[in-house]
Amino acid sequence: MTGETESYTRRAVLGGVAGATAFATVPLLVRRAEATPETMKAAIHRVIGESPVRKGKVTLDIPPLVENGNTIAMSVAVDSPMTESDYVKAIHVFNEKNPQPDIISVHLGPRAGKAAFSTRIRLADSQNVVAIAELSDGSLWSDTAEVIVTIAACLEYN
Amino acid sequence: MARTLVNVPPKAKRGQVIEIKTLISHVMETGYRRNESGAPIPRDIINLFTCTYNGTEIFRADLHQAIAANPFISFFTVATQSGTLQFQWTDDNGQVETASAKITVE
Repeated sequence: MTGETESYTRRAVLGGVAGATAFATVPLLVRRAEATPETMKAAIHRVIGESPVRKGKVTLDIPPLVENGNTIAMSVAVDSPMTESDYVKAIHVFNEKNPQPDIISVHLGPRAGKAAFSTRIRLADSQNVVAIAELSDGSLWSDTAEVIVTIAACLEYN
Repeated sequence: MARTLVNVPPKAKRGQVIEIKTLISHVMETGYRRNESGAPIPRDIINLFTCTYNGTEIFRADLHQAIAANPFISFFTVATQSGTLQFQWTDDNGQVETASAKITVE
């Protein structure tokens, strides 16, 4: 009787160890395909070149705390008169820790009337999201938002 | 390929800034997931969305894997003249889905 209890306990312990290993594997899988702040910087340079980016004019609206990383409402607005001589050419959005650093690039013109758009994005981890606006005069403006994600995207295995 | 939903105001005043909302049903498969047998599921996302107003492009978006499934995009344009707005989504397999909406400008 005592022996049986002991073996049961041992099995429970072994099961616990196996469970812990499975949990430990998940962050490793995520890290393998993870972009880093460096890859985000590289992606930004690839898209907009080496020109200096100033803070301001751009408003990146994204919830600071999200439960589900699979769909996060995001909107970007740029303070611009949107006239023939002064308009927003493009808005690029990047992330730090998804497997790929790019999120979306939108191309606008003076006919947009208002330099803003909304979409829904995926985030694999808590991280910073950066929006950069490219104006018609060539200047670049940005805004950064920190997002905390409780359930990450890209983790579900069907 | 997919079902689409676009929302364009049917009537607008000339010069008015109108909001356009678009939605398409698409898995936006990232290429990072695996199926039951462990084989990677190939990437299949909509990578390009464009909107033209009477033939002139007014909005274009390059999408990446970080866009959620069933991509929703909303944006603005100035109502210049009555006519048609054409929407076009292109995915990794080259499949193209289109939608259109009419607008009357007074």
